[in-house]
Amino acid sequence: MNIFAGLFALLLSFSIFGALAETAATQAVTNTTVILATTTSTQDSGLLDVLVPMFEKKTGYVVKTIAVGTGQALAMGRRGDADVLLVHAPAEEEKFVAEGHGAKREPFMFNDFVLIGPAGDPAKIAKAPSVAEALRQIVASQALFLSRGDNSGTHILEKQLWTESGLQPGGAWYQQSGQGMGQTLVIASEKRAYALSDRGTYLSLKKRLELNILFQGDPKLLNIYSVIPVNPQKSSSINSAGAQAFSAFVLSQEAFRVIETYGREKYGEPLFRLMKK
Amino acid sequence: MELFREGIQEAIRLLLSGDAELLSIVLLSLRVSLTATLLSLFLGVPMGMGLALSQFQGRRFIISLVNVGMGLPPVVVGLMVAIMLWRSGPMGFLGIMYTPLAMIIAQTVIALPIITGLTLAAIQQLHPKVRLQILALGASRLQMLWIMVREARLSILAAAIAGFGGVISEVGASMMVGGNILRQTRVLTTATVLETGKGNFDTALALGTILFALTYTITLALTLIQQREKSRWSPAR
Repeated sequence: MNIFAGLFALLLSFSIFGALAETAATQAVTNTTVILATTTSTQDSGLLDVLVPMFEKKTGYVVKTIAVGTGQALAMGRRGDADVLLVHAPAEEEKFVAEGHGAKREPFMFNDFVLIGPAGDPAKIAKAPSVAEALRQIVASQALFLSRGDNSGTHILEKQLWTESGLQPGGAWYQQSGQGMGQTLVIASEKRAYALSDRGTYLSLKKRLELNILFQGDPKLLNIYSVIPVNPQKSSSINSAGAQAFSAFVLSQEAFRVIETYGREKYGEPLFRLMKK
Repeated sequence: MELFREGIQEAIRLLLSGDAELLSIVLLSLRVSLTATLLSLFLGVPMGMGLALSQFQGRRFIISLVNVGMGLPPVVVGLMVAIMLWRSGPMGFLGIMYTPLAMIIAQTVIALPIITGLTLAAIQQLHPKVRLQILALGASRLQMLWIMVREARLSILAAAIAGFGGVISEVGASMMVGGNILRQTRVLTTATVLETGKGNFDTALALGTILFALTYTITLALTLIQQREKSRWSPAR
């Protein structure tokens, strides 16, 4: 035999060793792990990159933050694949709790959505008296509109707003990206289209976009975030203690102090506001 | 075009700064993809040989499955592995969802058909009488198998390169079963998607550049091993 056999044996043992080491390392995490299902926009804001390490250091839990669309986060909760949810789709959350998947939802912070669009404002929504009227004008002018189209919190709210205004969007001007807020804004910017965005993502991408905030302030555009521990009766692998600890931490004064100033240096204003002090 | 230059500058800056986050991402990418490729080689080369040298009912059907497996969309593989591994799934009790081990499993599923299929073709390419000749010269069955692998080494190394390239560059499966968790399951490809989604195009390009440099280094090493001989077609002296 020769160098090849030796090399082969070496590589073989590395691969087996590698897989075994992974398995051993993985066994070590079980009920110190908390699976947090949240949304991509919450993750992208960077707030969790501050709060989660604080929580981990304080309690010793290891948090696995899984950022997906709201629809997927709620689905994970229903299946018991997550221990706690941090989402922003109040109507869906209430359904979630009513169906018994979570004990209660705790709304704790909010920001708002804005209608953004090209500087020229072809649909003239800047002077609209309400968001319903603004949307009606977009439909009337058949101005290009980019929807998330992905069952995210933003998309769910968008659909609600169309319904409440008595409108059914469809046709060549209504396009769905199926992607996250950042990517959708980039597409809308390229196409000079209107879009519904949370203020935070828009602010963080502003310098790369050719879009402005054209309509804001309607109370229907409030974006409320809640934390929901998943019902532990679903499965014995749900880390109920960890979920409760995370929930308690997020609702604590320590977290509140972080939340109410987060984003101020970067954007000139905090990205989130507290529901109560 | 600015963006490309910014991306390369950012790549160099990140590497020189010794950013700890970047280091964990790079090491994890290597660990996961190299382990998956090695496991696929360990399983795939014997399977490919076995399929090449055997006769049984339904052999061609199995081979067609291996071949179609080469084109399996990684994101679909990720979804299927996730369904098996998440808590509500049949293997949920293992508790390995959102760990590097889950990513290794998913990437092995992706690379295995590639390596099996290419090894199969490599062995079938050999002259059919070679096997008999080796045995006739007194080789044991095991030696015969080993010599045939050596005969087909160019193609088998190509299979390894293809398998490695396939998994180091995939993002769908890693995202689904890994969850892109910082310092736990974030690899270069999933980090690039994250930065792109946030609009940090220079960071995204930087990560892409680093990934390419990494992949190139490893592929270069494999290529040099593959191409060790002088060209078979150089004129005789």
